[in-house]
Amino acid sequence: MKFYGLIDGSEKSLIHFLGTLSGVDQTGADSRAATLATRSIKTTSKRFAIDLVISMVDLTTLEGADTPEKVRALCAKAVRPDPSDLTVPSVGAICVYNDMVSIARAQLDLLGGNHIPVAAVATAFPSGRASMAVKMQDTEDAISAGAGEIDMVIDRGAFLSGRYMEVFEEIRTIREICGERAHLKVILETGELVTYDNVRRASFLAMLAGADFIKTSTGKVAPAATASVVLVMLEAVRDFYQMTERRIGVKPAGGIRTTKDAIKQLVLVKETAGPEWLTPSLFRIGASSLLNDLLMQRMKMRTGYYTSPNYVTID
Amino acid sequence: MRTFEYAPALESRSIVTIGSEYGHFINGSFTKGRNHFPTLDPSTEEILSQIALGSVDEVDAAVDSARVAYESIWSKMSGRDRGKYLYRIARIMQERAREFAVLESLDNGKPIRESRDVDVPLAAAHFFYHAGWADKLDYAGLGDSPHPHGVAGQIIPWNFPLLMLSWKIAPALAAGNTVVLKPAETTSLTALLFAQVCQQAELPAGVVNIVTGNGQTGAALVNHPGIDKIAFTGSTEVGKAIARAIAPTSIKATLELGGKAANIVFDDAPIDECVEGIVNGIFFNQGHVCCAGSRLLLQENIADEVLAKLKVRMAKIRVGNPLDKNTDLGAINSQEQLNKIHELSNAGDAEGAERWSPECELPGRGYWFRPTIFTGVTQAHRIAQEEIFGPVLSVFTFRTPDEAIEKANNTPYGLSAGIWSEKGSKILWASQKLKAGVIWANTFNKFDPASPFGGYKESGWGREGGRHGLMAYLRGSEVGVENE
Amino acid sequence: MSERLEVRKTYKLYINGAFPRSESGRTYELRSEDGSFIANPCLASRKDLRDAVTAARAAQSGWANATAYNRGQILYRIAEMMDGRIDQFAREISLLDGISRKEAEMEVRAATDRWVWYAGWSDKLGAIAGATNPVSGPFYNFTIPEPLGVVGAIAPERKSLLGLIDAIAPVILSGNTVVALASTRAPLPAITLAEVIATSDLPKGVCNILTGKRGELAPWFASHMDIDGLDITGVEEPSLIAEIKVSGAQNLKRIHSFEGHPSPQRILAFMESKTIWHPIGV
Repeated sequence: MKFYGLIDGSEKSLIHFLGTLSGVDQTGADSRAATLATRSIKTTSKRFAIDLVISMVDLTTLEGADTPEKVRALCAKAVRPDPSDLTVPSVGAICVYNDMVSIARAQLDLLGGNHIPVAAVATAFPSGRASMAVKMQDTEDAISAGAGEIDMVIDRGAFLSGRYMEVFEEIRTIREICGERAHLKVILETGELVTYDNVRRASFLAMLAGADFIKTSTGKVAPAATASVVLVMLEAVRDFYQMTERRIGVKPAGGIRTTKDAIKQLVLVKETAGPEWLTPSLFRIGASSLLNDLLMQRMKMRTGYYTSPNYVTID
Repeated sequence: MRTFEYAPALESRSIVTIGSEYGHFINGSFTKGRNHFPTLDPSTEEILSQIALGSVDEVDAAVDSARVAYESIWSKMSGRDRGKYLYRIARIMQERAREFAVLESLDNGKPIRESRDVDVPLAAAHFFYHAGWADKLDYAGLGDSPHPHGVAGQIIPWNFPLLMLSWKIAPALAAGNTVVLKPAETTSLTALLFAQVCQQAELPAGVVNIVTGNGQTGAALVNHPGIDKIAFTGSTEVGKAIARAIAPTSIKATLELGGKAANIVFDDAPIDECVEGIVNGIFFNQGHVCCAGSRLLLQENIADEVLAKLKVRMAKIRVGNPLDKNTDLGAINSQEQLNKIHELSNAGDAEGAERWSPECELPGRGYWFRPTIFTGVTQAHRIAQEEIFGPVLSVFTFRTPDEAIEKANNTPYGLSAGIWSEKGSKILWASQKLKAGVIWANTFNKFDPASPFGGYKESGWGREGGRHGLMAYLRGSEVGVENE
Repeated sequence: MSERLEVRKTYKLYINGAFPRSESGRTYELRSEDGSFIANPCLASRKDLRDAVTAARAAQSGWANATAYNRGQILYRIAEMMDGRIDQFAREISLLDGISRKEAEMEVRAATDRWVWYAGWSDKLGAIAGATNPVSGPFYNFTIPEPLGVVGAIAPERKSLLGLIDAIAPVILSGNTVVALASTRAPLPAITLAEVIATSDLPKGVCNILTGKRGELAPWFASHMDIDGLDITGVEEPSLIAEIKVSGAQNLKRIHSFEGHPSPQRILAFMESKTIWHPIGV
């Protein structure tokens, strides 16, 4: 059913629906996230969690200084994160700018990483400040170059000024371009939406407009994937599933650098959306330096002693 | 492991050393104790130690010691120096926080997450807060140079053993009283560890005395002619008995008694945080909380939604070993309390309320009760009126704000209440109407030494915490009020 | 010129804004020191007390919800009305207490001034007994004093007017309602005060005044489960005090007696502190 039967596609129905969402009490949400952060994940749990997180990493490089060689190196790391230990799973995806998509795709295929999708940040990432025609072309370019996932940004200015329908239509348009060819992740840039009420509203707006994933941040704005924001987004996908029986994925990105941080994310997922979301098809973590910390922790658990960064490859 | 589960994450017991037998702490040192009774780990029924059963003679010795310390040292000491002792105590409690937390969880059955993150830090904070009052009593609200009462007899419950000790001892000492404290029968160990803290702080002998024992020991303390001030936290029944016992005297009493708090959810509540608040309201500390939100009042038009979310959330509550850092709900403190919870829950069944608990495995030994809710409860049910003091929530519905207030106030208790709404004016309106000493709006079960705590109606007399609580340990020198 | 024959007043109870006789039909005889007849005031029964408590309970929330400014003005109005009746009060006091008119007038003036002093407190209690509490966390936390509910007051035998005013004014100014038992020996100024109150815009039921015997009524005050607080300043016998406290423990009544100068503590003794927490966030 169109828009899951929750709205009829009109501005009026969208605004009405967003108005029915319960408010989020900031202190309460922060307090819940802080309590979940005290979960102690040890031994077998930790070992399992590390591999699960590795398989969920969207290994990312989004720099102006990115070069084909840098991207190729990252792809090698994505396929075999630890060349000394082939039991380490490959990562969830490679996430790059548009012009690097074809390079990444070719390199992954070359190294036996056919199963690893390339995610492209599109729609005038990270600000989203461009004409719709440019955003559409940006998306089309990425898909043509082999992107299997599109990480689009929303127009935060439009959202903050209450032009929800504009944001909704933008997402729908990009969704249509993606069609069956690419998964759509919608970046809310929660650091600019500021309030949890906005995060909840934007999450539902994106899901109604056809997002496959909702993603916290571009990584270019702080704060990014705070535990509380992820909590609110996980509540949103949980409730959306209750309404529609469709599971939407969540991707925190930005600021998750350590194994400990990443495992806290798994705890949030398990106790908020539920264990069904503990799969790379429904939960990803956008990160770059995180992977090496995961590998070092994994080595520690395997060997029993603390390792050194000299024993993991920098890219 | 095929899915992400939490492996056991046990806090080590090795940090605590429990003696095989304890005496009382009188006049700065530990006595031998005559008769003893066992204290258990309620999660395993393992005997942890033997606790001395305080007799009339031993209470007598403790009161004498407190009297001498009061007359000769403590009442003569400057407020500044009294404050320094309290600061020392606060610091030592912080230094030994993990030890206190583990011992509290062992003896009480509460999850280590709560003893570590709530009980022990708050207990230290109470000493730190009151330390600062000791040399500022002129600003307590009773005029210049208020006087302490003298010797305070203090009786505390088993639900927050160390925290209740600090609520009692810290303001009493700050105001210049000396104390004889009786811990609850089933939870004496952290009070006895606190006695060691007093020794490390070199608190003058006799300022703090701890006599362990049962209800008779407590009665001996209440009826002792050398007591000038009573502070009691416990059941309303015992509170009334104390009020009667001191009727012929001019002894002042602070009583923190039972409750049957309403937690009111309006249809404009922040639902997810509200569900957390409901869970925290009734399942915090196994529901062994006098201010627990044990009556959930849901506005009818959102009742189904809230209940559905509550059940999903309750299914995630982790019941089990109190020392596991991931445990949310620990053991019931005693067989006696477990029996009471069973009795009242069975009454709920018999009276036609509908019981629901999530599936969860309970350990084979020890005292356990699943997190439980009863729906279809009416005001006339026993589980609507009587304090269960366990992880059992009674759920009601209401249609209008007035009806919510009427139901909430329809109880002899008046300790606390909760309000959930995103509408400020409604919160203030409801806060004004509710007959309760503590109102938590869009939160629940929050405590702080700066925040007065205490009840209306049969929930007790007086306040603890803040300037209001401090006043209970003082008498004004110029004020014509005689608190009979 | 022949002396005019006096029109005597029938002294009745004051319950729920009206002046009923005791439902029991009982009165007791008052005579002055020289033995001459003064009046037959009512000897209130436990049922009169019950009716007064019912009226006080019904009036309480409405009175508490009146603004503090409004309560202050009404209390001040009572002082205005008292001032116009100094003669009448003084005559009754001098007759019953055997003191000179001049001394009696001084007591009335003091009583009126006392009433004015209390009236001014109604909108200042939050400032002296309230607080914002700096708790450790993102919460706004404040404490406010609130009225207790229905308070019983057993006024002292001596200082029949001033003592009664000390029993009534500090209780009602905060929003409580009161059932007061006047001096048994000298109840006339109490009923005159009731007449003053009846013409001062105080809502009916807020202040109820009984005349009768404390030995008979005090235990019923103590045991009544719908009385929240009790001022027993007027009870002197230790055994009766103990009995009242034992009985009052059944609903944990706040029972106090007072001596010395009037103070805000006397007002606060029949108030509760309510502490409210709310998160701070966006």
